[in-house]
Amino acid sequence: MNSAVIVFPGSNCDRDMAEALRLVSGRAPTMVWHRESELPDGLDLIAIPGGFSYGDYLRSGAMAAQSPVMRAVKAAAERGVAVLGVCNGFQVLTEARLLPGALMRNAGIAFVCRDVPLRIENSQSVFTSRYDAGEEIALPVAHHDGNYQADALTLDRLESEGRVVLRYLDGVNGSARGIAGIVNEAGNVLGMMPHPERAVEPAHGRTDGRRLFEALLETLSEAA
Amino acid sequence: MKTRVYVTLKNGVLDPQGKAIHHALEGLGFAGVNDVRAGKLIELELDANVSEAEVEAMCRQLLANTVIENFRIEHGSFEGERTGAA
Repeated sequence: MNSAVIVFPGSNCDRDMAEALRLVSGRAPTMVWHRESELPDGLDLIAIPGGFSYGDYLRSGAMAAQSPVMRAVKAAAERGVAVLGVCNGFQVLTEARLLPGALMRNAGIAFVCRDVPLRIENSQSVFTSRYDAGEEIALPVAHHDGNYQADALTLDRLESEGRVVLRYLDGVNGSARGIAGIVNEAGNVLGMMPHPERAVEPAHGRTDGRRLFEALLETLSEAA
Repeated sequence: MKTRVYVTLKNGVLDPQGKAIHHALEGLGFAGVNDVRAGKLIELELDANVSEAEVEAMCRQLLANTVIENFRIEHGSFEGERTGAA
């Protein structure tokens, strides 16, 4: 599996993401700086990591969404390349309009940093095929703007199309309908607030995130 | 030319920051505050030939997230407005 991790000024989970990808796939991803206008050839997966790109200026993810590399990411996503956005990466994907809705300040105002229980709502996606539908897992979250909001029509559509992939089991940040992760219409772009890359080896305390990367490895290596 | 862009949350969008400010005002003893909504003011210094349509495009593409926010554009000199400092 050929992967790349996009690095913005202020990204701070880029190396965790790279390590998780290396650990699971046996291949280190290419790190791509935000000023690049082209991505490496033959990518199977693009990861947009967590952090505080551009200091969260204007809105979380807003500046990063306009950076040169994101034009290339958009084009790749349209070609069907898998794109995984975690935390700030999810915010970047909504701001870039690769995913619907917006991530607002947590309803409780405070930054939330803890392990949260989640339910896998859709195990058919390329990201979640190694989980069971309805399976309950736990992953760490660490965010200030994770409160997912969209109009009722969009939310209904996400639900009816099975695009809500992950849901919080308790109130974490005020997200509409407990949404923790969604995919785009084509199913190749996933945005999620919890951090799977922080739960891939026993030393992390949890390994529930590992199967997400294993699923990608399995699906994307087959396709290649 | 000075242009101001006011970015505000759409009606019905929960505003946790406005709510916190509201609580803080109540904590200070100010009665009679029924609701608080927080927004942003962005000031642009523009060439005279920048069109209204261009400013609107700036708002739609970057300054506001129209999924959750409205924007309002105002032109003017805004002279003598920055008073009220202690």
